[in-house]
Amino acid sequence: MSEPSATAGIDLHAKQVRKFRLQDRFFHHSTQIFAFVVLAALVGILVSLTIEAWPSLKAFGPAFLWTNIWSVPDDKFGALAAIYGTVTTSVLALLIAVPVSFGIALFLTETCPLWLRRPLGTAIELLAGIPSIVYGIWGLFVFAPLFADHIQPPLQALLGDVPIIGGWFSGPPIGVGILTASIVLALMVIPFIASVMRDVFETVPHVLKESAYGIGCTNWEVVRNVVLPYTRVGVIGGIMLGLGRALGETMAVTFVIGNANRINGSLFAPGTSIASTLANEFGEATPGLHIASLFALGLVLFIITFIVLAISRWLISRSMGSEGL
Amino acid sequence: MMKLYTRRIWINRIGITLSMAAMSLGLIALLWILWTLFSKGFAALNWDMFTQDTPAPGSEGGGLRNAIVGSGLILLFSMLISTPIGILAGIYLAEFGRVSKFASFTRFMTDIMLSAPSIVIGLFVYALFVTTTGGFSGWAGSLSLALIAIPVVVRTTENMLKLVPTSLREAAFAVGAPRWQVSLKVTLRAVKSGVVTGVLLAMARITGETAPLLFTALNNQFFSTNMDKPMGNLPVVIYQFALSPYDNWVNLAWGGALLIAFLVLAVNIGVRVVFRNKDKR
Repeated sequence: MSEPSATAGIDLHAKQVRKFRLQDRFFHHSTQIFAFVVLAALVGILVSLTIEAWPSLKAFGPAFLWTNIWSVPDDKFGALAAIYGTVTTSVLALLIAVPVSFGIALFLTETCPLWLRRPLGTAIELLAGIPSIVYGIWGLFVFAPLFADHIQPPLQALLGDVPIIGGWFSGPPIGVGILTASIVLALMVIPFIASVMRDVFETVPHVLKESAYGIGCTNWEVVRNVVLPYTRVGVIGGIMLGLGRALGETMAVTFVIGNANRINGSLFAPGTSIASTLANEFGEATPGLHIASLFALGLVLFIITFIVLAISRWLISRSMGSEGL
Repeated sequence: MMKLYTRRIWINRIGITLSMAAMSLGLIALLWILWTLFSKGFAALNWDMFTQDTPAPGSEGGGLRNAIVGSGLILLFSMLISTPIGILAGIYLAEFGRVSKFASFTRFMTDIMLSAPSIVIGLFVYALFVTTTGGFSGWAGSLSLALIAIPVVVRTTENMLKLVPTSLREAAFAVGAPRWQVSLKVTLRAVKSGVVTGVLLAMARITGETAPLLFTALNNQFFSTNMDKPMGNLPVVIYQFALSPYDNWVNLAWGGALLIAFLVLAVNIGVRVVFRNKDKR
């Protein structure tokens, strides 16, 4: 359309630049929209769960959180038993998983021969890759019977008569129950905690460790007095990450917790967790208060795990010196 | 002096021994689970598993054909949904989001979504999709799995793109390439294999996800490729069959669990072997 002239090249160039700039703006904003999808999903979860849970929230109010009743025929619901089971199993799981993960991370970063680090690290990561349903059936068919026959009776004989904690080990040793769920959960979260610990342990400057070794510290003293203080924040972040995982874990827990909607002082007794209640009841829930209460349970779980995971990510990113992992 | 020295040596020995014990515990758990899976799973494995559908209650034999095909379809569509969204969002975070507040907020939330309880995502899709479209469906299952896969793809894509040297970008800019061409044709191409890894890992992650499928895809005893209807899928079949009183059902559950675990572990190991140098985590 334009006649050949001296300025034609420049015009063409300017046009091209304008075109590119427009395309770039389009590209920028369209990728931004996709990034927005993740945020939208998160907000969407919160909003939609609240809407669906509203009848229950209105009927029971905040007392929903500390009422210990779950009765479908009476249309009376309270989350205490499920919250108790969720928190107890997760905390017990962490009590087991944290020392073990620490040991694994210590071994992988300090004492393991170099050529073994990679394969062993991969093996631990594979443990994280195993689907939770596999943990579930393994727990139910293999671990629980073994636990009932060979571990629960001696535990009971040993600790059953001790005052205060004796009650934790009372009741028939049936294999499934709070303690079994905690142990299976512990196995599931160990790889997550261990790999965060390993990663933050590796951020410790070599100079720092070597100067400690240089004045004659043992491996243990280096980890205890140099590595741990240096990585404290990240280690706590890793533990919180494991906690977040454990709180929301569904299938493995559903298989081995025994699914009894009540609170029992004994750790051998069957219990329930928020996630396992949802898995068990949601499919057959009656519309109305029952389903709304299940949504309310989901909302509670989401808010708890959100807070735990947010703290965890914040701590880990602070410790790793960059955003996220 | 000597006493203190011996004490320190002993504390060290105990600490190191305990850490080795912890490591062995992890390995034993892994091997124990794998051994159980293989011994029970292989016993259940036979040709019928792939050619016959899930049996009715009380009937003999049967297979997992409908569940395998259903799982395949649900996975396929969830990856088709999550891959482009995840990669584009990852590009945004890596290319445009280095300094922006919105991007670091998104990054943070993506990290939380990585570990968010999958059952809650199932509830969300149920509320959003199942109730509005009038029933459980394969699509609902795909959607919920996609929501779980997206954060994985986003974060691996972003991490991979961040490894691209700035000089490569600058070289492309210097010859006058617009930003979108630099992103798509230079940097993304440079980390292609890493992004593929991320997609594969995301697929491995959702292959065994059961909880979100319970209220979305539900299950279907019969062979079906209709994504608008409830659809059989391996995880839910394993869940239901493992808890059933029928021996052949329990057997099928072990066979299905072996299939899933084998697939997931194969992807995990394969990715590590193939992309050994690029594997950062």
